[in-house]
Amino acid sequence: MTQAPLLSVAGLSKRFGGVTAVDSVEFELRENELLGVIGPNGSGKTTLVNLITGFVKPDSGSIVYRGMDITGMNPYKIAQKGIVRAFQMVRPFYQLPAFKNLIVPLFSPRVKKLAGGKYGDRGAVAKDILEEVGFERDSAVINKVARVLPHGYLKRLELGKCVAMRADLIILDELFSGLSLAEVASILPIIEKLRVDGKTIIMIEHRLRELFRIADRVIVLNFGQKIADGPPVEVMESEAVKKAYLGTETEG
Amino acid sequence: MFLGTLIYGFINGVILALVAMGFNLTFGISGVANFSYGAIYIFAGFLTWTIFHTLALPYILACVLSIICAALLGALMYRFVLLRLRGMVVSEVIATFAIGLAILEAFRYMGFIGFKYTLPVFWDGSVDLWGVYVDYQRLAIVGIGLLLTVFLYFFIHHTRIGLAFRGIAQDEQTALSLGIHSDWIATLSVAFGAGLSAIAAVAILPLGTISVGGGYDVLVNALAVCIVGGLGSAIGVVLASFLIGYAQMITSTYLGASWVMIVSLVAILIILVIKPSGLFGKQKELEERI
Amino acid sequence: MSTEMRKERIDRAIKARSEDIFALNSYREMLYLLAPRVLPILAALVLAFSVNVYWQRVLISASVFGILAISWDLLVSCGMVSLGQALFFGAGAYFSGYMNHAFGWSPFVTVPLAAILGGAFCVIILIPVLRLRGVYFSMVTLILPLMLERIIEATRILGGTEGITGLTPFPSQWIELFVPFAGVWVALFAARRLMSTDYGLVLRGINDNDRSVISAGINIYIFKAQALFIGASMSAFAGAMMTQIYMFVGMPVFALDYSILPIAAAAVGGIGSFAGAMLGAFILVPLSEVLRGIGGLRIIIYSLSLVVFIVALPEGIFPYLQRKYTQFERWVKVET
Repeated sequence: MTQAPLLSVAGLSKRFGGVTAVDSVEFELRENELLGVIGPNGSGKTTLVNLITGFVKPDSGSIVYRGMDITGMNPYKIAQKGIVRAFQMVRPFYQLPAFKNLIVPLFSPRVKKLAGGKYGDRGAVAKDILEEVGFERDSAVINKVARVLPHGYLKRLELGKCVAMRADLIILDELFSGLSLAEVASILPIIEKLRVDGKTIIMIEHRLRELFRIADRVIVLNFGQKIADGPPVEVMESEAVKKAYLGTETEG
Repeated sequence: MFLGTLIYGFINGVILALVAMGFNLTFGISGVANFSYGAIYIFAGFLTWTIFHTLALPYILACVLSIICAALLGALMYRFVLLRLRGMVVSEVIATFAIGLAILEAFRYMGFIGFKYTLPVFWDGSVDLWGVYVDYQRLAIVGIGLLLTVFLYFFIHHTRIGLAFRGIAQDEQTALSLGIHSDWIATLSVAFGAGLSAIAAVAILPLGTISVGGGYDVLVNALAVCIVGGLGSAIGVVLASFLIGYAQMITSTYLGASWVMIVSLVAILIILVIKPSGLFGKQKELEERI
Repeated sequence: MSTEMRKERIDRAIKARSEDIFALNSYREMLYLLAPRVLPILAALVLAFSVNVYWQRVLISASVFGILAISWDLLVSCGMVSLGQALFFGAGAYFSGYMNHAFGWSPFVTVPLAAILGGAFCVIILIPVLRLRGVYFSMVTLILPLMLERIIEATRILGGTEGITGLTPFPSQWIELFVPFAGVWVALFAARRLMSTDYGLVLRGINDNDRSVISAGINIYIFKAQALFIGASMSAFAGAMMTQIYMFVGMPVFALDYSILPIAAAAVGGIGSFAGAMLGAFILVPLSEVLRGIGGLRIIIYSLSLVVFIVALPEGIFPYLQRKYTQFERWVKVET
């Protein structure tokens, strides 16, 4: 018995001037899935995320989340519904310490509703969440201003924001970019734990080897169009995907 | 009566366009805020008056000197104030507005108030256009306005410097890496804008008296035209000038002169609600945040 | 290898882990900590009681401008740089004056009411600009007071060019002094307190990176509107008080003085630190009184101080003093 998809995107398109960034993209996402979104640079991955999260209004198409049409809805409302993203260009509140960065998401109406009232001490909750995403408890790094945090910690902070928001659908835009293999290895268990907790995750990635270890399914975009959709192994065998990434041989 | 409103509304539109041109060049096209624009306008007026009356130099010379001094004033303002505030638009606005305020209030303080502060017209006399009398000064204004509009259009779109003006607004880093000396270009832009303000001043001020309050009016009108037309868009500025120009003329005829400036405010508020980037504005990133 | 001298700054050793926790070892350290916080208040109280009538007026004026400066600074912390604080000030002034004149209500009723109504009125007319880039907020607040002046002149409402005179004053001269004077201290503490709460953090977040706040599911426009209401009401309160003290309201309440001085005060004293804004007001207003003989020069002084400070000492006097007080500085030789 198949249950209704958590998220279904149909005929989604967006043009910027003369460039078609997203071209009639269509896919479904089931609850608790980990979907990878891959494709060469400029293939429309981030625009797709912007469309889903409401930061950009589509020219045509529809986005339905839990049976609700969220196409073109205000981004803050979409976040309140439980779709939260971690940005590719990490930009924390630089002047604030790490744990205070999480106070804004904890202030969100969604959190207030789900927590059944007000939090007493958001700072303490923030520190707990930081521990969940890999900040060592009671270490100096929790109090350090975001401006001095190394890249790996900033990425974890982004992840922490999604956790703080109690998101149901987490969209990670190039989480692994700029991380060393060791750092990726240490973040993977955190993502696994989110899956175990029942979250649904979309990951845009360029680092395919790491992504394929955890993704259930992968869709491939090229020039704004979806050219493949299936389990990782299947997708990598696809001729269309190979051509998109590697190009074709020239004659002679 | 109708023909009169038609013609005088047109003239008013040209006046507004002439006034807004320099401001659009600096703020809209080059992205450098110079809110002392109105003060420079009045400064040019009083300076011309002083040179003409006190130093008794020929009027044309007084005009030319004022225009040059205004441009210099703009350049100095960039060099000593704006240079340190580059990139922080709001600080630029505050600082240049404060300077403009200081200049205008200094004139008020020094007693430059009264009906004797007028500039002579270029030529006396008027012409009869289908029953409507239009004086030569207003015709001259239309001429100068049209000339400058055409000149500016070609300057911005077809010369290297003009292109540089646009470049520093779009992406300063890229401009620098392309060999465009960003600060020098910005200085030129502010100076040009100031000079244009002075040209507008010597052309338009002869229609009435030079008053300190007029400085604030000029700033508001320039802002209104640029915001309604779309910051940086030449067509927008022209169109907005005529829209607001006619609206002001009609308001003045039927409601009275004291309502004229309110038209500018209303125009700004309406545009900000309907289409914030202006009629022909290109800045879509006003609200989009990605 | 050459050596050069570099300035080194070290915090004095009373701070523990973070900004608000201190580790004190002696009474001397406690005094060191309390002095800058308590002394000004004591000095202010002494000052208030001891000066003559003329300087009391100056004190009232400085307090009113202090409230304007603090509320300006508050709006700036939330990302809204207003170039027309006179708008809020004048709105409060006219609401209070009108209610007092038309309904005969006592100042104790009209002033608080005018603060709220004035704040609400200003938020309503500024709603279209809240969703745009900050520059537009600045430009529109610049223009609005100028235009409201014209509207009143043209339509001759609310007393037109003559204004409304003969309003009821506060019952006693001491109340006239203490309401604004207490008001500015209340404003200072309220602003600081507000900004240190989580709510204030969200407001500062909106200023810093609104994209981040939006994606946290927060409707930033509601928050901005709330912050605007708070700032506008504070200034409206100042305007209402001024009206009842001088028993007159007219077009001059929209004068550029009320727009420029808050900015100048904050620039001089330190933008972002509300104490700095207040300090700036308490420097500039008495200063311009001392130079009173030169009348219209006042606004020129404000404008020029503003420019000088923005360009030369952007952090302002207060942070500078703070830094000197809480940190050692010494020159250190560095091998390069």
